[in-house]
Amino acid sequence: MSSATPNAQSQEKAEGDDFEPKIIVFCCNWCSYAGADLAGVSRLQMPPHFRVIRVMCSARVDPEFVLRAFQKGVDGVLVAGCHPADCHYIGGNYRTRRRIALLRMLIQQFGFDPDRLRLEWISAGEGEKFQKTMVSFTKTIEEIGPSPMGGGD
Amino acid sequence: MADKIKIAQYWGAGCGGCDVALLDIDAKILDLHAIADVVFWPIGFDGKLHELEQMPDKSITVAFYNGAIRNSENEHVAKVLREKSVIMISFGSCACFGGTPGLANVTNKEEVFQTVYKDTESTDNPDFVTPQTSVMVPEGELTLPEFYDTVKTLDEVVDVDYFMPGCPPTVDLIMVAVGALLKHVKEGAPLPPKGTVIASDKTLCDECDRERVEKGKTIDRIYQAYEIKADPKKCLLDQGIICIGPATRAGCGAMCPVANMPCRGCMGPTKAVMDHGGSMLSALASILNITDSESKLSEEQIMELMMQVKDPIGTFYAFTLPKSLLKRTVKERKRKG
Repeated sequence: MSSATPNAQSQEKAEGDDFEPKIIVFCCNWCSYAGADLAGVSRLQMPPHFRVIRVMCSARVDPEFVLRAFQKGVDGVLVAGCHPADCHYIGGNYRTRRRIALLRMLIQQFGFDPDRLRLEWISAGEGEKFQKTMVSFTKTIEEIGPSPMGGGD
Repeated sequence: MADKIKIAQYWGAGCGGCDVALLDIDAKILDLHAIADVVFWPIGFDGKLHELEQMPDKSITVAFYNGAIRNSENEHVAKVLREKSVIMISFGSCACFGGTPGLANVTNKEEVFQTVYKDTESTDNPDFVTPQTSVMVPEGELTLPEFYDTVKTLDEVVDVDYFMPGCPPTVDLIMVAVGALLKHVKEGAPLPPKGTVIASDKTLCDECDRERVEKGKTIDRIYQAYEIKADPKKCLLDQGIICIGPATRAGCGAMCPVANMPCRGCMGPTKAVMDHGGSMLSALASILNITDSESKLSEEQIMELMMQVKDPIGTFYAFTLPKSLLKRTVKERKRKG
């Protein structure tokens, strides 16, 4: 994210002023959802553009869910799970990280910016990491712009 | 002859293999002939579109449509056939899911024309003349169908009664369909419910006789089929060859694995799945090199591991891209920042 020239910046700002990204966040029940909850009760400031979907494990996030989100015009998808070696189901997150890596390759081949899909490990104690992730992910999505599926392209 | 039913067969964007498949039923075609007259079948014998257009509505009992919808002619004939026929069958992978022509959805009309009418070595076309839908010549107007940007499936343009996947549908599956039709015509037996897929509801692994690891399945690396000599008894996926069988509908008799070749997915996904490729991606990613030292692997190493899949769309959607959730490729606007 290198800085653009001032002129280009102001132009882009005018275009993207009213862009409110739609972001889907899949949180695993045991770590990341608790982390998101902690961020909330700690009253950490976050952009309000995301919707959390709680799943029992990040490995419950079928690639179909992610593809369906993009099909419906969502601008970004974040999958959050337990850190490696911490999975409640022992190896669910190992499957997740492979699927997300492959899915990023797939959506790139479909023409999407692969950064629209992100995987993060967020434990139950990492409210602050959840907040920071949401801030940076929202910023990334704002930079990438609206989904090419959403604009009737 | 008057009490015979009427059937029609048409090809859209396909290779003609489906038309031949109908002939492959061999001597059984005489049973079909005993009850049916073929009224329209361009690849089989002469027959003109305007003759089809003049037939009364619903006067054809069954229309078999094979091939995808690639241009306006494919769509027009599909619509005419739908009007004239009582039963419309989506015949073969191209009509059902887009098939191989559907892979053109990674590109668009402009790029296809650029390749076909300009860039190919054997093409000499300095003025870049491309097919026009209408052109005036001294003798009058000449027309061509409009080439679409996006390949569509048959059920996207008309209402379809039954689906017969396969590239092409096997003789056994055609016999199931023809048998049901014969019984319906001769004995008045009820037809299967609308929307039925004439194949199995299980996955290919259910039909495949190869020995496979059921629990703790893991593979070290991915091989292209030509890179190793596959053991003819063991599961191909267990040997590192990408076989789309776990995500694919059964019904073909696992004929590719029987011939020691991996399934490429021509039967499409099962009923429970919306996205064929996503389903296979999930299955493959779950078994690729999971070891005890997993927690020490970085995301970069995982990425490297998955980079072994060279062409995700071509691998996972070889026959089903137009029927997938995303249907075709998109273009991002320029990224800011």
